[in-house]
Amino acid sequence: MKHVKMESYFSRLESFIDSLEDKKGSLITVLHKAQDIFGYLPEEVQSFVAKKLGIPRSKVYGVVTFYSFFTMTPKGKYPISVCLGTACYVRGAAKLLDEFKRKLEIDIGQTTKDGLFSLDGLRCVGACSLAPVVIIKDKVYGKVTVDMVEKIISEYKALGVV
Amino acid sequence: MSYQRYCLVCNSSKCGHYSKAIADNIKHYLRENNIKDIKVVMTECFGLCKQGPIVKIMPDNIVYSGVKPMDTKEIVEKHLINGEVVSRLVHENKKSKQLKIVLRNCGFIDPENIDDYIEKDGYFALAKALKMSRMDVINEIKLSGLRGRGGGGFPTGLKWEYAYKQNSDQKYVVCNADEGDPGAFMDRSVLEGDPHSVIEGMLICGYAIGSNKGLVYTRAEYPLAVKRLSKAIKDAREYGFLGNNIMGSGFNFDIEIKYGAGAFVCGEETALIRSMEGERGEPTSKPPYPAESGYWDKPTNVNNVETFANVPVIINKGANWFNKIGTEKSKGTKVFALAGKINNVGLIEVPMGITLREIIFDIGGGIKDGKRFKAVQTGGPSGGCLTEKDLDTPIDYDTLLAKGSMMGSGGMIVMDEDDCMVAVAKFYLEFTVDESCGKCTPCRVGNKRLYELLEKVTSGKATFSDLDKIKNLSNVIKDTALCGLGQTAPNPVLSTITNFWDEYVAHVNEKSCPSGQCKELIRYIIDHNKCVGCTACVRVCPVYAISGKVREPHTIDQDKCIKCGACYNTCKFDAIYKK
Ligand SMILES: Cc1cc2nc3c(=O)[nH]c(=O)nc-3n(C[C@H](O)[C@H](O)[C@H](O)COP(=O)(O)O)c2cc1C
Ligand code: SF4
Ligand code: FES
Repeated sequence: MKHVKMESYFSRLESFIDSLEDKKGSLITVLHKAQDIFGYLPEEVQSFVAKKLGIPRSKVYGVVTFYSFFTMTPKGKYPISVCLGTACYVRGAAKLLDEFKRKLEIDIGQTTKDGLFSLDGLRCVGACSLAPVVIIKDKVYGKVTVDMVEKIISEYKALGVV
Repeated sequence: MSYQRYCLVCNSSKCGHYSKAIADNIKHYLRENNIKDIKVVMTECFGLCKQGPIVKIMPDNIVYSGVKPMDTKEIVEKHLINGEVVSRLVHENKKSKQLKIVLRNCGFIDPENIDDYIEKDGYFALAKALKMSRMDVINEIKLSGLRGRGGGGFPTGLKWEYAYKQNSDQKYVVCNADEGDPGAFMDRSVLEGDPHSVIEGMLICGYAIGSNKGLVYTRAEYPLAVKRLSKAIKDAREYGFLGNNIMGSGFNFDIEIKYGAGAFVCGEETALIRSMEGERGEPTSKPPYPAESGYWDKPTNVNNVETFANVPVIINKGANWFNKIGTEKSKGTKVFALAGKINNVGLIEVPMGITLREIIFDIGGGIKDGKRFKAVQTGGPSGGCLTEKDLDTPIDYDTLLAKGSMMGSGGMIVMDEDDCMVAVAKFYLEFTVDESCGKCTPCRVGNKRLYELLEKVTSGKATFSDLDKIKNLSNVIKDTALCGLGQTAPNPVLSTITNFWDEYVAHVNEKSCPSGQCKELIRYIIDHNKCVGCTACVRVCPVYAISGKVREPHTIDQDKCIKCGACYNTCKFDAIYKK
C-alpha cells in the first residue's frame, strides 16, 4: 500500500517538473512542490529531483539544508510552532518553548515517537498583538501562558493519530 | 453595481475569531431589511488590534472598535438604515498623528477587487507615467526625495537612473518582499491589503528603467499575501495593465512570483538574487551592484514593497507634494509595526520626523500595565535601541543612524523596566548567528564568539576584560564581514552596552540581573513568614526541588532548581520571590 502511495507521489512530482517551461533556476520551486507532496524531503526525493533537473545531488542537498523551510525529517501530525519573533520573545516565548520541550520530551526540529507532534521555532508570524503566539497545524493560539501548554497538548492527544 | 456604503470588517489574524461572525451577522441583518446597496468587505489590519474587532463604515469614515457579534443589529439598524452613528461603539481617534500614504487603501478597499483599486485612482499614475518620457519619470522620483524603505534608505530615483543607464537586452525589476525582521509585518500587510499599489509601482519602475519583466520575491510563510498578490496579477492582466502593449503605449511588462524558503539573509539583495536563481542564498560582494549585474547577470533594480507602494502616489500627486512631508533628508512617511510592551499594538504610518514620544505615548497609548518605558529597538537585529533620552528626537534615517540604530524595515519593539537589555542583545545576536549563511569568517565565527561572550555575561561568569573583548570584537566584525547581516549583527550589542552600561556592570560585578530576567542569575526563595505549607509548589516543581512538611514552611533546594518559575506562578500566597 505504502509503496503504491510513494509511486503516485513520485509521478505527481515528475509531471510537475515536466510541466515547467524553464528548468533553469527552478530548483527551489521544485523543492517547494516536492515538500508539498511528500511532507518532507528524504534522500530519495532529493536524488530524484537532482536526476530530473540534471544537476548534482550535492547541489540539491546544499539548497535543502540552507533553507530552514525545507526539512529532511517528517513532521508530526500536529506540528507545533512557537513564535520566537521579538514581540513574542519580549512576552515570554522562551519559557513557553521550554515547557513544550519538557512536556513532549523533544527538542526543536524533532518529532515525538508516536508521530503526533513535532516542535519548531518560527520567526514572527505577524500576529504580534497576540504575543506570545503558538501555531499548531493551521490554528493560531494567542496570549499563550505556560499553564495552557498541558491543556493544549492533551486536546490534540485526544484527537489521536487517526 | 455601485454601492452606497461599504462596511469593512477587519479579518486579520489579530481581530480573531469574531470577525467572520460579525460580517455574517451584518449581512444577515442587511438581507433581513432587504438592503442591497451596502457591501460588506473583509479587510486587513486597521492597526488598532488592541481594540479589535474593528468595523469601519465608509464613506462616513466611522470606526467602531471592540465590536461584538451582538452589536451588529444596532449598527445595521441605527447606522446603516437610519444614518445615526452608534456613539457607544465609536473608536476615539487617537491616531490623528498618523498620515497614510502607503497604507492609503489598506482597510478601505477590498484587496481582491481590482475595481475597488481603480476607483481610488488606481493605475491612473501608470497612465500618467506612460505619457511622460522615461527620464522625466525618474526625475520626478528623484525630486520627491523618496528613499528605499527596505532598510538602507538609498535614494530610489538615483537607483532607477543607474539601472536606466545600463545597456542591455534584458533588465529586471525585483520587489523585495522577504521581510525577515522578526517582529515586523509591514510588507505583508501592504501585500495583503493593497497588492495593486505594489504592482503599479513596479510597472512604473519597469517603464522608467526599460524592463519588461518583474519578479516579487516573497516568503512561503505568507500564504494570504501570495494568494492576494496572485489574484491581483491575474486581474491586472485581464484588464490589460500587465502584458503586451499596455494601454496602447507599446510598453510590455509582466510579473512573476518567486518564493523564499525561510532564510533571513535572502532579504539582502545579492543573496535574494542567488535564491531566485534556485541557489543557496549567499551574498556576493558589491560591486558589481545588482543594477549592473543581477538576476542572470542582467541589470536588476531591487526595491522594497513599501518603496514601490509610494511610487503611484508620487506620480499622481507630484514630487512637490511628497517632498513637503517629512524632514530635510527623509521625505514622506514610514510604516512601523509597533509591538512589545505597548498598549496599542499594530501597524502605524507616520510622517518622517515624528518623535518617539508621539509614537509611543500618543499613538501607542503608552506602556502596558502602567510600567515604565525603558527602550525601543528599531531596525530589528541590525539596529539598536533608543532610550528615554531619545524620546524627543525627530525620527528619520539620519538621526537613527546617529543614535547607533537604524530605520530598518520598520519593526519597533517597545521594552519596559522588566526587560534585561543584555538578554535582549543576546536574543538578537542569537537570531543573526542562527541566520548567518556561513560564507565569511567574521560573521560565521566572530558572531558566534560574541554570542558566547554575552552568554558569559548573562550567566554571571564574565569579567571586565570580557566586556572589553565584546566591544573590540564587535568593531572588528562590523569592519570585516562581507554583507549587511554580519556587519550589522553587533549593533544591538554595541547599542545596549553604550546605553545600559550599568546593567552590564551589574551582571559582571554583582552577578545579578537588575530586571530578574537572566535565569542563571535569579534565585527563587520561599518567604517563611508567608508560606502556609499548602504544598501547591511541591506538586508543580518538575525537578522535585521543593521540600517541607504539610502546613509548615517549605524550602527550595537551589542546586536542584532549574529556575522554571513554576512554583512562583503557582503560589497563591505570594510567598515565593525572585532575587
Ligand atoms: C541581512 C539583510 C536583510 C535584509 N532584509 C530585507 C528585507 O527583508 N526586505 C527588504 O526590502 N530589504 C531587505 N534588505 C535590504 C536589501 O538588501 C535592499 O537594500 C533593499 O531591498 C533595497 O530596496 P529599497 O532601496 O527599496 O530599500 C536586507 C539587507 C540585509 C543586509
Ligand atoms: S556576513 Fe554573514 S550572512 Fe553575510 S556573507 Fe558573511 S557569513 Fe554570510
Ligand atoms: S513576534 Fe510573534 S507574532 Fe510577531
